[in-house]
Amino acid sequence: MTSPRSAGYVGVAALGFVAAGLYLGLVAAPPDAVQGEVQRIMYLHVPSILTAYLAYTVTFIASIWYLWRRTPTADAIAVSSAEVGVAFTGITLATGSIWGKSTWGVWWTWDARLTLTAILFTIYVGYLMLRSFAEEPQAAARYGAVVAILGFLDIPLNHLAVQWWRTLHQPSSILRPGGPSIALSMLVPLVVNLLGLLLVYAYLLATRLRLEQIRQRTLEVRLRGRRG
Amino acid sequence: MSAESYVADLCRRTWAMTWKDVRVELRARERLNAMLFFAALVLFIFNFALGPDREKLREAAPGLLWLAFIFTGMLGLGRSFQAERENECFEELLLMPGDRESLYFGKLVGNILFMLLAEAVILPLFGVLYNLDIWPWLPGLALVAVLGTVGFSTIGTLLAAMTAHLRAREVMLPLLLFPLTVPVILGAVHASDALLAGRGLADAAHWVKLLAAFDIVFLVVCPLAFEFVLEE
Repeated sequence: MTSPRSAGYVGVAALGFVAAGLYLGLVAAPPDAVQGEVQRIMYLHVPSILTAYLAYTVTFIASIWYLWRRTPTADAIAVSSAEVGVAFTGITLATGSIWGKSTWGVWWTWDARLTLTAILFTIYVGYLMLRSFAEEPQAAARYGAVVAILGFLDIPLNHLAVQWWRTLHQPSSILRPGGPSIALSMLVPLVVNLLGLLLVYAYLLATRLRLEQIRQRTLEVRLRGRRG
Repeated sequence: MSAESYVADLCRRTWAMTWKDVRVELRARERLNAMLFFAALVLFIFNFALGPDREKLREAAPGLLWLAFIFTGMLGLGRSFQAERENECFEELLLMPGDRESLYFGKLVGNILFMLLAEAVILPLFGVLYNLDIWPWLPGLALVAVLGTVGFSTIGTLLAAMTAHLRAREVMLPLLLFPLTVPVILGAVHASDALLAGRGLADAAHWVKLLAAFDIVFLVVCPLAFEFVLEE
């Protein structure tokens, strides 16, 4: 069980890194040569999706661990990480949409990465809903683990399908906003923000995990009380 | 047990499970009738959504066809554990000797069978109602339909077993199934599109391969995951 205090330290560190990253990204870094100021949203957008992928990977591993060992902690990690992942995916979709509006002129376009992110979002929102509809906590944990594993294995197939679907219609050059080569003045804020968001993820995960474990124990106590 | 007798056993038990469901269906005719009537209604409604413009319909045809397939399939999947749930005999189902896999495969084969039967009716009906020349492409369409149906049903059967125990089962099944089967839907629609546009299956070979890959992955994973779903 994570102690609230050590989680607090992570939280403070996260705050520091995000503040530094935002300063670097919004003020210090030069505006993009082609896209101008709006490109700065990438400093939040790109680290968010990377963090979300990490979160889903953690959920995947924790789900396998749960089915294998039946450790309640593993399930707590799985659901906590998925929740944080959904939040970061939401941020990715929102920032991507804002960026798209000023760059492509539309809030939403069925671009390959956007679509894949939206699919991910729906899979994990479904995962969270499924858990809330299960009759008992063990069933929620088992069903959740199964869906988390299926969903994760589905990602490469979805990726391939969506990639083919879009590249048949439009060239993929505009789908890569940053491109493979990126100036150092832009790379630094990106990396600082990534570290910041990873720390935010760690903090949220630890806090959510503590809540989940308290919830698990409360349920246990209540069940024991009912049995007399 | 030798590998050969294991496979023979698995097939025997799978067939026993499938045959039970088929027999129930033959007697009650609850599922297939509902599926077919629903499919006819869907085809009917599409017409109102798109209007009588033949060119527009032709362009939308592969998508419409697969929407009809998967909506109808969803209806069938939702009922695939209905009998067991209504009569509270899930536990009895679990008493079936042998591995749980045979239970999964039995239900899966049944679901595929019902969905394919419905598709066999929808496809010609679709061709007639929307004035599409599907006949020259029938073998290709059949291949795509089988691959798509298998992919849709692998995850669908697993999720149907899972959601049968939930409070909001009618809602949760499509909410989980549609996002997970996006590759199947995309693959099947695009392969059908290539066929209906007269480009031939070779033009959609990569989609067919994707469908096959999806089928193989989930034919391996879903039976394993099924164990954890049915545990009591």
